[in-house]
Amino acid sequence: MKSINKMKMTIPAVSANEGLARLCVSAFASQLDPRIDEIADIRTAVSEAVTNCIIHAYKGRGGLIYIESLLYPDRITVKIKDKGCGIDDIDKAMEPLFTTGGDDRSGLGFSVMQSFMDSVKVKSGPSEGTTVSMTKILRRADEGNPDER
Amino acid sequence: MTQCYALGTLTVCLDGEIDHHAVRDIREQVDISINRHKPSKVIFDFENVTFMDSSGIGLIMGRYKTLSRYGGIIEIVRMPPYIEKVMKLSGVSKIVKGLDRAKAADKGEQDRKEQ
Repeated sequence: MKSINKMKMTIPAVSANEGLARLCVSAFASQLDPRIDEIADIRTAVSEAVTNCIIHAYKGRGGLIYIESLLYPDRITVKIKDKGCGIDDIDKAMEPLFTTGGDDRSGLGFSVMQSFMDSVKVKSGPSEGTTVSMTKILRRADEGNPDER
Repeated sequence: MTQCYALGTLTVCLDGEIDHHAVRDIREQVDISINRHKPSKVIFDFENVTFMDSSGIGLIMGRYKTLSRYGGIIEIVRMPPYIEKVMKLSGVSKIVKGLDRAKAADKGEQDRKEQ
């Protein structure tokens, strides 16, 4: 399927940009006229992925986060990439409650992404950084008349 | 964010977006109050919170650990539905009181005090 719109942004990995990233992606998604709960899901998932880049990939020392999003008639894809340290054991990192972030991190970042989005793929390796690719299918597409879009 | 302490209870009224960025300030301020007062209960009021990701869960779990060392408890009140979704996923409802929304709203009104 051919995408109907595309957005790219590159932002420094600082915590002040967490809000910016989720706001931009949700504003972009709003072109598909999603439901409010779908927008909330996308915002939350983007926030988790970007926070991971800042805390884990770059360990608070900064770097760049590359966000790319595509709109299709019935879905949005969001790719969030860093050039940080990479994940040694992806399965372990995705386990609920597992964290290397210390006492005050819940270890639920990937769990939130997985339950709020329809698919989450993680590609990572030491020294190559991490790419999280997420897709959200917008349910209104099933309900509405496609000719009206 | 506003906090008030009375009769063993610390009430923390959170507002705005709770993410990793915001949590640092909130945690610092709440921990100062907890260390000062050693409250037997901390109430987090979510009425004016517009967004929360798993950083907020970490905040609550961290405070729960601190309080449970001396027998204190945590209660969450007036949780908007879009935040409840993150809360439910975390299973944090097993360690805090007040995630029943109707009951929580009453309780929140009762406990709410101006700073």
